[in-house]
Amino acid sequence: MSMTRDIPAPVPRRRMPQSLIAARNIVAFLTRSPTSLFGLVVLALLILVALFAPLIATHDPYAQNLQATLQPPSGTHFFGTDELGRDIFSRLVHGSRITLTIISLVTVVVGPLGLFFGTVAGYFGGKVDTVLMRITDIFLSFPSLILSLAFVAALGPSLNNAIIAIALTAWPPIARLARAETLTFRQADYIAAARLQGASSARIIWKSIVPMCLPSVTIRLTLNMATVILTAAGLGFLGLGAQPPLPEWGAMIATGRRYMIDSWWLVTFPGIAILCVSLAFNLLGDGLRDALDPKQMNKR
Amino acid sequence: MDPVLDIQRLSIRYAGAPAPAVRDVSFTLGRERLGIVGESGSGKSTVGRAIMRLLDTAEITADRMQFEEVDLLNAPERKMLDVRGKRMSMILQDPKFSLNPIQRCGHQIAEAYRTHVRCSKSEARARAIAMLEQVHIRDPERVYDLYPHEVSGGMGQRVMIAMMLLTDPDLVIADEPTSALDVTVRLQVLRILDGLVRDKGIGLIMISHDLNLVRAFCDRVLIMYAGRVVEALDARDLDNAQHPYSRGLLAAQPRIGGTREPLPVLARQDSWLEPLEAQA
Amino acid sequence: MRLDRRRLNGIAEQGVSIFVTLFGLLILTFVIGRIMPVDPVRAIVGEDATREVYENVYRQLGLDKPMWQQFLLYMRDVVTLDFGTSIRTGQPVLQDIARVLPATIELATFAILIGAGLGTPLGVIAAVNKDRWPDQLIRVISLMGHSMPIFWTGMIALLVFYANLGWVGGSGRMSQFYIGLVPERTNFLLIDSALAGEWEVFRSAINHIILPAALLGYSSSAYITRMTRSFMLDQLGQEYVTTARVKGLSRRQTVWRHAFGNIRVQLVTIVALAYGALLEGAVLIETVFAWPGFGQYLTSNLLIGDMNAVMTCVLIVGVIFIGLNILSDILYRVFDPRTR
Repeated sequence: MSMTRDIPAPVPRRRMPQSLIAARNIVAFLTRSPTSLFGLVVLALLILVALFAPLIATHDPYAQNLQATLQPPSGTHFFGTDELGRDIFSRLVHGSRITLTIISLVTVVVGPLGLFFGTVAGYFGGKVDTVLMRITDIFLSFPSLILSLAFVAALGPSLNNAIIAIALTAWPPIARLARAETLTFRQADYIAAARLQGASSARIIWKSIVPMCLPSVTIRLTLNMATVILTAAGLGFLGLGAQPPLPEWGAMIATGRRYMIDSWWLVTFPGIAILCVSLAFNLLGDGLRDALDPKQMNKR
Repeated sequence: MDPVLDIQRLSIRYAGAPAPAVRDVSFTLGRERLGIVGESGSGKSTVGRAIMRLLDTAEITADRMQFEEVDLLNAPERKMLDVRGKRMSMILQDPKFSLNPIQRCGHQIAEAYRTHVRCSKSEARARAIAMLEQVHIRDPERVYDLYPHEVSGGMGQRVMIAMMLLTDPDLVIADEPTSALDVTVRLQVLRILDGLVRDKGIGLIMISHDLNLVRAFCDRVLIMYAGRVVEALDARDLDNAQHPYSRGLLAAQPRIGGTREPLPVLARQDSWLEPLEAQA
Repeated sequence: MRLDRRRLNGIAEQGVSIFVTLFGLLILTFVIGRIMPVDPVRAIVGEDATREVYENVYRQLGLDKPMWQQFLLYMRDVVTLDFGTSIRTGQPVLQDIARVLPATIELATFAILIGAGLGTPLGVIAAVNKDRWPDQLIRVISLMGHSMPIFWTGMIALLVFYANLGWVGGSGRMSQFYIGLVPERTNFLLIDSALAGEWEVFRSAINHIILPAALLGYSSSAYITRMTRSFMLDQLGQEYVTTARVKGLSRRQTVWRHAFGNIRVQLVTIVALAYGALLEGAVLIETVFAWPGFGQYLTSNLLIGDMNAVMTCVLIVGVIFIGLNILSDILYRVFDPRTR
């Protein structure tokens, strides 16, 4: 409430849609806390770098130069070169595209999937609920990395399979959350009113329930992104995710490991990149939680 | 007789709140029973908590806030630890919430004693059991070992009273001590409290929204509205209250044998928000 | 009487739900095992086996039968604890796992002690100082722990504390020098070396476990801190906290004697769950520290497609997780007087 009050509302020439106003308020709220601001900035940076990777990168990320292997950071190679003489800075920059791809694909799959199962289970209750929640329980009874490991092992190691595996393990918590939210609205009068007007279940879920679940699901997704990034990097590190020569950050750390003692820059910079992005998502999710609903604090 | 409590022009503003919750409240208390009456949000509980110095973040100002020889405005927390629970204590509203759910009742009572008196565990236990007897608990040994969820509301509140009176304080603030209880046990609990307060000569501040209760158990009454004291008078003169708000409150009470007309609704006036001059 | 029946019903319901979850777990591992691209027969008979041998093994493994029969066979194997042999080590998988699991449990236990010992007080301090600088600082520290890629932090820590400063031992459970010196009784190195009275080995083991355990502990303390903080905030708003202060207890006594007691139950649950989550970190950190435990066993078999071993590992992790959930449930009942 305080966030709407404190922002001086300029008289809009054209009326902005409600959702845009809300989005602007949220962003304004986030920029006021230094930690969420950091999250926002890093995320914006990630997107910009990924978009303009070819312009920002100083070298071809795949170009080997066996004359200049394992060069320490310098003017020509900001973050040094790796064992094949490839420019680490350029590889990091291009790697941001992979990270962003993983994040967006996982979100696109997990959000709708979790929302669908959660709202359906919550809305219909009874047997549907029991069966669906039992399935999520099974998925939740594994640490997500281990389940992803198993999936990747089954599907074969590759970036695409890593994304599929991560998505498969990331939807159950979203479904749980959406179900819990749905249960609180299910008995609400406006749902009953919609039903009395003859709206179909599908319509009620889509028009009345899904929008109510969106804020908490968004927060959860944002917080999950940190885990997704770490899992993806972990898979890459174990050699089960993106395969060389793709400049995936986790895989870069894995190859750099052999030269770590003498050439610290090989592992240091990709690690910092992973840490920053995952920290950014955590801080952002934390800030969003405060912005959208302070009561969400203790939900898992 | 020296007053136990002397408060002049007390104002309290919660952190971040636009307006003070309590403004210019003044009263003195001897070894008597003072009722503070008002609707919810009138600031009556806030006054009680300010006297106990429990409002850590609120901004408190007053010309004078004296408890016996202790200056409540400036006393360091260290001093307050010595005063709280020993010389002044407070009975909270609902034993369901005000007792620690995972400690046995007796242990919680004994803790109040052991905090202020250096003694052995068994002595504290004996004291607590004796005190439970004084609040008319028939089987104190058994109740001592019960958890709060195992006792009824009336019993819980008696445990609370025992805990707060065990150290023979000079001042007890009872914050709606019976509103959470069943109507049938309210009177019983109040009688117990009243008896102990009289016997021990304790100064009592009874915070309540119940006019009849305050009329029956208090010597004097302060009527609060929107953070101010609008009227202060003797309990037996309550029917002769002058202030329109007090009159409105009285008129809104149903009476046995009264007319069966709908009860009048309070008509509020902005002028009530002005400070009241002459104080008791 | 009625209460007893209700309790029995509750236990029965929980039993059924555990059973169903376990069953689902079996289906999951079965399905993953079937879609694995590695040909299990080829893996056993080798590349240049004759067609006859191949067919023989194919039938032995029951791969010619319909899916549901294969699943029943799989279930029979699991129920009789027959998980087959590992292709890589040539030993029964169960035996392999029994050998490597203690190393991981040792590491995880050490880590959870560090994590809970660090996370709980930090969470309490953050809650007591809500929105003031200690809270902000602790928030950043704990989010850091939540955000770091643990395999990377492990490498950096090795570089700094082992290679450069020489404060701790390097990879492995103890110095190469001591390997084989202590008889393996429990496979818990700290216990074995203490039993044997080999205090040098014990010191070396402590020296080696401290770094990976500290890192794992830090990463799990992030979660513990955040949960402790939010539980504590709930409690600090309760009336009994006011009661405690009215009694004349100092703020510190109020927090630790009264409020903390009330979050203990929830904390136990959280710590149990965090312990399970440590298994995940262990997979990565064991790879970095060459820790001969469960995680390393899992990943090295994963890379060569040793299906029996991998599926058994996954199954066991699932069972451990379910077990921890049940355990935390039981602890909840034992510790909270209201549920007794």
